[in-house]
Amino acid sequence: MNENAGKPYRARLGFAALMATVALAVGAKTATGPGERPVALAVTPATAGASQQPATTGDPAPAPATAPTSASGDGNSTSASGDAGSSGSNSSGSSSSGPGSAGSPSGSGPSGTATAQTVTGDAVSTRYGSVQVQVVLSGKTITDVVALRLPDRERRDIEINNWAVPILRQEVLDAQSARIDTVSGASYTSYGYAQSVQSALDRAGA
Amino acid sequence: MPSRPGRVHAEPVMGTVVSIDIRRLPDAAELGPSELDTAIAAAVAVLHRADEDFSTFLPGSWVSRLRRGEIGLDDCPDHVREVYRTADACRERTGGSFDPAWRVDGTLDPTGLVKGWAADAASRALTDAGAPDHCVNAAGDLLVRGASGTGRPWRVGIADPFERARLVAVVEGTDLAVATSGVSERGGHVVDPRTGTPASALASVTIVGADLTLADAYATAALAAGHAAPALLADLARQGWAWLTVDATGRLARSAGFPGQVAATASAPSNGIIPPDMHPSERLSSALTRSTPTAAGPG
Repeated sequence: MNENAGKPYRARLGFAALMATVALAVGAKTATGPGERPVALAVTPATAGASQQPATTGDPAPAPATAPTSASGDGNSTSASGDAGSSGSNSSGSSSSGPGSAGSPSGSGPSGTATAQTVTGDAVSTRYGSVQVQVVLSGKTITDVVALRLPDRERRDIEINNWAVPILRQEVLDAQSARIDTVSGASYTSYGYAQSVQSALDRAGA
Repeated sequence: MPSRPGRVHAEPVMGTVVSIDIRRLPDAAELGPSELDTAIAAAVAVLHRADEDFSTFLPGSWVSRLRRGEIGLDDCPDHVREVYRTADACRERTGGSFDPAWRVDGTLDPTGLVKGWAADAASRALTDAGAPDHCVNAAGDLLVRGASGTGRPWRVGIADPFERARLVAVVEGTDLAVATSGVSERGGHVVDPRTGTPASALASVTIVGADLTLADAYATAALAAGHAAPALLADLARQGWAWLTVDATGRLARSAGFPGQVAATASAPSNGIIPPDMHPSERLSSALTRSTPTAAGPG
């Protein structure tokens, strides 16, 4: 129930900043009706009680749909939309292990040591589609965030994702390096991305 | 058992996500896991209550009933009237040009105000529940209270409106409200109520003060004020608010009392529009310079 409380400071920093971010991938705040408000939580920190177990609580992607890095310009235009599925994967480049180990941390114990581990977050449903990321940790420090799945229902989503995801990723990393507790910015948030990062951190037992 | 530094919770509410970050300082021995749960629950309840009371989506909300003319403001409970009083204060401060409780189309919609108000209320709930050291961040508009760690203030990054993985400033403090309004990748989303056109002279406005409801409202008002923004900001500075602006060309300006480090410039592209393929390349470490208190605001 309370595994979240043991989260390492630096990882929490990254998440706090991420939640604050401006960024937008999928979710501008232009909800226009009850049916379009963000719903369908796959996970919330309060309910991620199974954080120490290696099995996923969400539905794992059988294969990475997308894996944009900060250098990707147009590589993730063929991601699976909404449901688990595979298509058009793009090499991740910055994650040495590659986004293949959906669902289980490489070291599932409650580690505090400086070993590297790659943990896949839950696939989080948003009204734009599913978002799933993988977090690479070195000890308690996030060293990379790889997007496994992003919405692509419309061309607009693809454009936004190509622009936003590298930024979201960089924000997680920068938030650690700059020792920033939180970020103020124009009111956009990437809800699904942040949720998936959080679930990965929970799962890492970090 | 490892130390428990606190708790981070993200709550989807009000059409966005509000994050609550409680720090548990070593001397707060009484703040155990169950107390943290209770504090989070209290704050979350406040947020949802605000959502329900002020939602324009829920037909039974106070705001919806006001919009349909079924009730008047006098029929509403205190906290609803308080939000509208805040709107009045903002309208008066802006010389009548900006009322955050109304849409350009003439319909009543205090949504923009409610987010800050709800975060203020959630913060009070956390303090009342025994968690005085916390941050409540409502999708970029935030409050910090107490300390982020032993003897350590909170450090709040201000996002570069043109390159969001970059920061244009870092504000430090122990009890601050920080609100930023800005144009987005979708183009100007704040409209000058006098012209009906997107306000674009400034790319972002950050207001720092004690109260998030007003800080948020003033940040939006200043962004919408166009040519009147410098006068409004000067007035706010006289009232004790600190501010930081980024104009459409990336130039920064700030109030004399702005409590933090400020970068020399934002990374505005020459045409003032964010290209969709832009990706972060600059790092905070090279962007920040220690600010000098003599830097002037916009004239």
